[in-house]
Amino acid sequence: MKRRVPLIIVFCVSLFMVIQYFVPLDSLERVYRSFLDYTIIIGVFALLLGIWSLCRVNYDKIKRKSENWQYAIITLTGFFIMTIAGFLSGWGRTDNYLYQHLFSYVLVPIQATMFSLLAFFIASAAFRAFRARSLLATLLLISGLVIMIRFVPLGFLSEPISDLAGWILRVPNMAAKRAIIIGVGLGAVATAFKIMLGIERAYLGRD
Amino acid sequence: MTTKRLTGHIVLGVVLLVCTLSIVVKGLLVTVGALLTLFIFSFLYKDNPYYKFAEHLFVGVSAAYWMCMGFWGTMVPNLFGKLYPPMVGSVIPALKDNPPEPFMVIPLFLGVLLLLRLSSKAGWISRWALAFIVGTTAGLNLVRYLRSDFIAQISSTMIPLYASGAAGFNLGETISNSVIFLGVMSGLIYFFFSKEHKGVFGTGARTGIIVLMVTFGASFGYTVMARISLLVGRMQFLFDDWLGLIR
Repeated sequence: MKRRVPLIIVFCVSLFMVIQYFVPLDSLERVYRSFLDYTIIIGVFALLLGIWSLCRVNYDKIKRKSENWQYAIITLTGFFIMTIAGFLSGWGRTDNYLYQHLFSYVLVPIQATMFSLLAFFIASAAFRAFRARSLLATLLLISGLVIMIRFVPLGFLSEPISDLAGWILRVPNMAAKRAIIIGVGLGAVATAFKIMLGIERAYLGRD
Repeated sequence: MTTKRLTGHIVLGVVLLVCTLSIVVKGLLVTVGALLTLFIFSFLYKDNPYYKFAEHLFVGVSAAYWMCMGFWGTMVPNLFGKLYPPMVGSVIPALKDNPPEPFMVIPLFLGVLLLLRLSSKAGWISRWALAFIVGTTAGLNLVRYLRSDFIAQISSTMIPLYASGAAGFNLGETISNSVIFLGVMSGLIYFFFSKEHKGVFGTGARTGIIVLMVTFGASFGYTVMARISLLVGRMQFLFDDWLGLIR
């Protein structure tokens, strides 16, 4: 019951998802669309589970006064203020002042700055990686530089550099990415088969 | 008082002073945004309490943001709106007159089963809901990846190596098509580890590395550009929106 039922559900549902593709009937198409909707809805319940876990972990941190417990208060305060803001204006309205401004002046600045921090780290990584010590490193350097300077105004050089960057992206870049995608595709199909047939059971966890 | 502690107090004092001045001149919201931006940038010096403050605030606020979006964007229209349309009539008037869909009890039931994960005794039942998601995704991915990541990619690689158009032989396209074909083949050879990379096979693998290096360089360049663009955006916010120095 604990392990067999989930395996049967996985097999039946995944088999249906494959069969409906090869049997294009309206009724099957409707069930297929419903299954996709169900998955999204259950995903929101999973999100609630994650939120509960986040609150629980932070609450425990405060209760036990473990290391850096003060920051757990900040996390929970931010969470509750944003939640109240999200449900403040009543049924179905997230366009209220507080919710919108918390998004624009708290969430967006932090997120954008965190990602922009990577510019500094990537620059330091480039300093180490972009040394033309071998043919391969030189190729990496040249193609990276061409892509980076293609929007820089360089007079008569601008057009040929832009063309070269376009060619690199369109031809060798696409060729290697295609090889990677084919490999990923084969891997994904093999994994899907393993899950379908119950060979891969990591998602069941332990008893 | 140690030097470290004194420095900390001075920094805090400066931050509070700037904060007060900024609130008076620019208003609370822009000041909050600017301070949070500076807090995150402070990580470039080293990990510090300001950065940790912004980081933890972000975790809490973004969790609540996604919860609200999930509720209003998914649960309301896709679950409540279909289960009992009059309930969401005020939010989505288009759904108000739709007939109820009793089968929507299934995802509600599975969702509740998933929440049983919180129970130590009945936690195993949540696997049924999880199995539904895993099964749907596996079945969907099997066909999707086979079509888009395998068949479609191979089909797009099988292109004429001798390209000609209305004007006759096209050298540029011939070279490009050949590079694409050889690049894909050599890339695949490089990722094939069941045979030792020796002889002709080894030459193919080495060509594969060359093509891959060009791609990695291009991806690196692209990533740098994207991050720099974000950095420019943050600098514009600080120096224009907040300090008003750019005109």
